[in-house]
Amino acid sequence: MLISRCLFRLEQAELNGFHNKTEILAVLSDFAPIASLFALSVLVGVMILFMSRMLGPFRPTARKLVPYESGMRPYGDAIRRIPVKFYRVAVLFILFDIEVIFFLPWAVVFRDLRLYGLAVMGFFFLVLTVGFVYEWMVGGLEWD
Amino acid sequence: MFTVPSLSDLNLAATLPATLLALGASVLLVLDLFVPKGRKALTAWLALAVLGVSLIVALLSLGDVVDLGTGEGAFFGLYIADSFTDAVSVIVLVTAMLGVAVAYNYLERTGMQRGEYYVLLLFSALGAMLMGAAGDLVTVFVALELLSIPLYILSGFRWRDEGSEESALKYFILGAFASGFLVYGIALIYGATGTTAFGGIWAATRDLLAADAATKYVLLLGAGMVLAGLGFKVAAVPFHMWTPDVYQGAPTSVVAYMSVAAKVGGFAALVRVLAWGLPDFVLSGQSAAAWQSTVWLIAALTMILGNVVAVAQNNLKRLLAYSSIAHAGYILIAVAAMGTAGVANEAARAVVIYLMAYAFTNVGAFAVIVAVERDDGGHTDIDNVRGLAKEQPVLAASMAVFMLSLAGVPLTAGFVGKWFVFKAGLAADLVPVTVIGVLTSAISAYYYLRVIWFMYFEEGEGKAQIAWPLAWGISVAAIGTLILGFFPYLLSDMARGIALAFGG
Amino acid sequence: MEAPAVATELYVLLSAVLFILGALGVLLRRNAILVFMSVELMLNAANLALVAFARQWGNGGGHLMVFFVMTVAAAEVAVGLALIVAIYRTKKSIDIDLLHRFKD
Repeated sequence: MLISRCLFRLEQAELNGFHNKTEILAVLSDFAPIASLFALSVLVGVMILFMSRMLGPFRPTARKLVPYESGMRPYGDAIRRIPVKFYRVAVLFILFDIEVIFFLPWAVVFRDLRLYGLAVMGFFFLVLTVGFVYEWMVGGLEWD
Repeated sequence: MFTVPSLSDLNLAATLPATLLALGASVLLVLDLFVPKGRKALTAWLALAVLGVSLIVALLSLGDVVDLGTGEGAFFGLYIADSFTDAVSVIVLVTAMLGVAVAYNYLERTGMQRGEYYVLLLFSALGAMLMGAAGDLVTVFVALELLSIPLYILSGFRWRDEGSEESALKYFILGAFASGFLVYGIALIYGATGTTAFGGIWAATRDLLAADAATKYVLLLGAGMVLAGLGFKVAAVPFHMWTPDVYQGAPTSVVAYMSVAAKVGGFAALVRVLAWGLPDFVLSGQSAAAWQSTVWLIAALTMILGNVVAVAQNNLKRLLAYSSIAHAGYILIAVAAMGTAGVANEAARAVVIYLMAYAFTNVGAFAVIVAVERDDGGHTDIDNVRGLAKEQPVLAASMAVFMLSLAGVPLTAGFVGKWFVFKAGLAADLVPVTVIGVLTSAISAYYYLRVIWFMYFEEGEGKAQIAWPLAWGISVAAIGTLILGFFPYLLSDMARGIALAFGG
Repeated sequence: MEAPAVATELYVLLSAVLFILGALGVLLRRNAILVFMSVELMLNAANLALVAFARQWGNGGGHLMVFFVMTVAAAEVAVGLALIVAIYRTKKSIDIDLLHRFKD
């Protein structure tokens, strides 16, 4: 049943002019190891859960049912409100973190571009610095 | 394998108006930190100076007094420096200068005075300018975001006020949604043509059509999504839902600026993408560009919805929001006209002329609301201008000028704009949509004249607070509206040099 | 071993699915943060399409665009999260259905 549906899909794909059957099968077979790994990990995970419940003794107490937090007694909710300061630092971090991707292509052709590339990147860095100076002076990096 | 570009490839001088503004805004961001709290007038003056210098350079370049750079492209074609770029720059810079003048007192008395306001305004003006200079879809996207992101922040500038925050979040979420469409559209256009440069897209489109490849439908889908993304910016139906809420909630001085700047930027990019990137993108069985019928349909819907809903509005900011939707519709007639071969340049000129007229008029109209508004952001209903003419005759007269110009009464700038737009529509044989334009203009006269009626013939105690930078801004806007109305050739001269379509 | 060649169409199909999921998320979700994440999903769907097309065409134009989309998205994140925090402070909620202050 399942196999016939798969074959039907491939037929459709062929009609649409995507690919011929063998090519698509080849593509799908490339993913076979990943798919089997995925299936296996799900299977093992579920199996362990059930086996420990079925084979071992199960005598719950209030103490045993609390979530395990490295042996500490848990307190408060799992979803806790965090001070907004963390938020601010995270946002500032993201901004400068992502800007770094522009250095990546530059680094790849660094040797070919020579001084020109260095000058352009220097200017780019200067622009980033303007933002950083603003952030610093306006007090964005202060914790209190 | 990789050739190092020379300075002449970059052609930096050609980008001088935009470069000056970018440098000025960056420097001002840092300088403002050293301006003490009570003396932000200095920041405002510096912002005006930066805009003024950039405006002078753009005007000189537009008037062919000086020739900046060599050739028309800069940064390998990412930036186009032709007279359309200069004209858009002039409109944006004038708007931004009026925006600063309108904002100063308002920020002072509502307790929002912060230097960042002016810096953000400069950056968003830069974004609008770059949209007019875009020679590549990458530039369109980056410029659009440079225009939008400061506007999101400015909309929420009266923070801790629920209305302002709500309008900012609404604008932000819908704006980001629209840029998602824009980016996906760009991806599809790139997928169909293999390039993001307008010149390359144009050439690839010709090949696609010659080969009659099925890929042209990918291109059509991409163009449609880009149209949706930019249509959001200019508040065209059905992408207009944010406009009334954002305009009503955002600080009025911000609305005065953004109602024009976002429109100028959006239309400049539309003209670039449609007339430069896809001028003869024709599907089988048609003579005009494939996007033309969509655009004129949107134009018709936009004009009808904007004008009809505006009739029922009692809040002035909301009324002008629907009016700005309607005006997007008028300009879209000209954009649609660009789809007909031979009319493209005339239509692009009409867009520029309309935007210039609209800039003076609309900033002025919102500036009058700024004067009428109370410090807490209330008092913006049409009832609040009852009898304003007795209390503030000059202010009421200026408002009357702006309303007449928005309605398109002769001898005002608005009339000149409408004249050129309708002419372009007729030249492109878009008769039905032009007729709709004329008819809806007649409807619009009702709600514009109603404002004048309330000011002059109703009893009431309309009050206003005016100080000199605001008065200065309103006067310039009113005088500009009248001068451009009396001497239409000023506008047509400004647009004279504009020629951008490959096809003609 | 040579890298398996996956057809560009499959990538574009996946990106279209992601884009539609993102768009539906924006329209259907009520939590502002989730709406915002859906927008990011739309942008990243476009990124996937751009990269796939870039490989098909064998030029760097798509990659270039992806860099800009990523950085701009980061800037949007910064502004968007700040707005959401501000709204939460005044309203004690980030349900976007509560944004109905203005009516015709």
